[in-house]
Amino acid sequence: MAEIWNLQRAQEIIARHKAQEGPMLPILHELQDRFGSIGEEAIRLVAQSLNITRAEVYGVVSFYHDFRQAPAGRHVLKICRAEACQSMGGEDYAAALLHSLGLEWGQTTKDGRLTIEPVYCLGLCACAPNAMLDGQPRARLDATTLQALAGEAV
Amino acid sequence: MRIFVPRDAAALALGADKLTAAIAAEAARQGVEATIIRNGSRGMFWLEPLVEIETPEGRVGFGPMTLADVPGLFADLPAHPKALGLVEAIPFLARQQRLTFARCGVIDPLSLNDYRAHGGLAGLERARGMTAEAICAEVTKSGLRGRGGAGFPTGVKWETVRKAEAAQKYIVCNADEGDSGTFADRLIMEADPFLLIEGIAIAGRAVGASRGYVYCRSEYPNAIKIFNEALRIATTAGMLEGFALELRVGAGAYVCGEETSLLESLEGKRGMVRAKPPIPALHGLFGQPTVVNNLISLATIPYILAEGAEAYAAFGMGRSRGTMPVQLAGNIKHGGLFEVAFGITLGELVNDIGGGTTTGRPVRAVQAGGPLGAYFAPSQFDTPYDYEAFAACKGLIGHGGLVVFDDTANMAKMARFAMEFCAHESCGKCTPCRIGAVRGAEVLDRMVAGHARPGDLDLVKDLCETMKFGSLCALGGFTPYPVMSAIEHFPEDFGGAPLPLAAE
Repeated sequence: MAEIWNLQRAQEIIARHKAQEGPMLPILHELQDRFGSIGEEAIRLVAQSLNITRAEVYGVVSFYHDFRQAPAGRHVLKICRAEACQSMGGEDYAAALLHSLGLEWGQTTKDGRLTIEPVYCLGLCACAPNAMLDGQPRARLDATTLQALAGEAV
Repeated sequence: MRIFVPRDAAALALGADKLTAAIAAEAARQGVEATIIRNGSRGMFWLEPLVEIETPEGRVGFGPMTLADVPGLFADLPAHPKALGLVEAIPFLARQQRLTFARCGVIDPLSLNDYRAHGGLAGLERARGMTAEAICAEVTKSGLRGRGGAGFPTGVKWETVRKAEAAQKYIVCNADEGDSGTFADRLIMEADPFLLIEGIAIAGRAVGASRGYVYCRSEYPNAIKIFNEALRIATTAGMLEGFALELRVGAGAYVCGEETSLLESLEGKRGMVRAKPPIPALHGLFGQPTVVNNLISLATIPYILAEGAEAYAAFGMGRSRGTMPVQLAGNIKHGGLFEVAFGITLGELVNDIGGGTTTGRPVRAVQAGGPLGAYFAPSQFDTPYDYEAFAACKGLIGHGGLVVFDDTANMAKMARFAMEFCAHESCGKCTPCRIGAVRGAEVLDRMVAGHARPGDLDLVKDLCETMKFGSLCALGGFTPYPVMSAIEHFPEDFGGAPLPLAAE
């Protein structure tokens, strides 16, 4: 569970990585893991600590699909949309799930329970279609089991 | 009683952890003393979770296992409904030439003793007695070409870095395996991680590098966990002899699999592609001479050093020497990793080894080499698996993935997806890629919806030419491959007449 923003903890995270070569991604990953997203205060702090501009940090945060500037739902379901999963009907199953929840890709349910995001390949392509719920992979899904997986996130 | 249950991500995605707990509980209930070893996967994914039990005759397999199949493991084994017999006699495995993947699924991935007992470290030990120049020469002689897709001779790249003079040189392992239909890097990281560490240690000696990074995609949390643990064990055991190796995690950008974009990302920047020259071998990470190798290239090195360049080069055909881990994926009955010498035909791989589609319908198309690779039609199934033969078909081997589609696939939709994916992942540096992919998807949308305007097909072809010649890297440059091959081989999906059978 993500913690609320805490300046001192954020500073500790940055201090721990600062001496590494190219510390930006390790810092951003850990900040997001800890606080759930990389908000404006985090961007300012990283810029100040690494002695670079806010624009540079923002540029990195906005470039990578993994980084989010606003928190996701309590659970994140990433559904693979790449070719191998398409070849096994994954797109239809995903569309049915999104329709049943009234969501578009990248959106979160109104109760903040679940965010559904696309992912382009989980490397489980011989057991397609696949998805990952909160970092736990699931394979050989179909319409029913994908719905059930979304239901597991409470 | 020794029982093996894989800790591979695919096995976990199919319930391997619950299965392990159930087996332990059943063993306790029956009073059987059982040791459960969490091995890697053998790469026969249609059988996962594949449980193996050690017997005097060898390891026998059971799969795909469900919880209901667990009690039977403690009864008459040959009568078990999921019994597969001796695992190494399963034709899919027995027909392979496993040089690089020999230990995958056999050993406990985190046991250095297992690794050593199964031939590990022999390559590094031999390299320690050789000069840097001799190691580079050995790799050149093996004929190994970059397994990420470009197929550049690995030994030549190493020699360039070796000769460069700098206070700091780097080894960078590209484990940003983003192509759909590929999982070879993941398999090594999860099933035989010491192999990669050994390959990197040899590379470091060969070029005089003392630091290295493995850049792994964030979509592989299980591989990251296992590799980091292996790295800790290897470092403690002194395997790296002071070479500083670190795993870095990407952040969901496909383009970072391109080597210069990967270097930018490692440096903490946006993953924008760099223009070449200068080449990374001379001006790479932080401007220093850098070997950037695909994970599979590095994982192949220990075999070459242990067995000799000739032994490796004895496999293959033409200028494609050695073996390739072909990854059979998508709508295929026997999906998995098949390591084999170059020269086998595409049809043998898809039909004989893969068993055709899992839906049982006819194969319509096979995409070779990931999202930037061409779609092949069954009429091209006699094409040998070889860098040059694939290039002659306007296709590419890429990282070795084959994604099979049955006859329900709409190839105009797949062409459209190629453009959409390029638009989604473009780093934005080159206009033909950044804007062309968006416009391409729009035109193909019209065609898929049946509202094509006169000249739309020519427009797409022209756009593909512009992207191919006007983009710095393979993302914009190769997205035309799937698009053009779909148009060429499946014209009926684009409003044209089907190809006559004889011409196909």
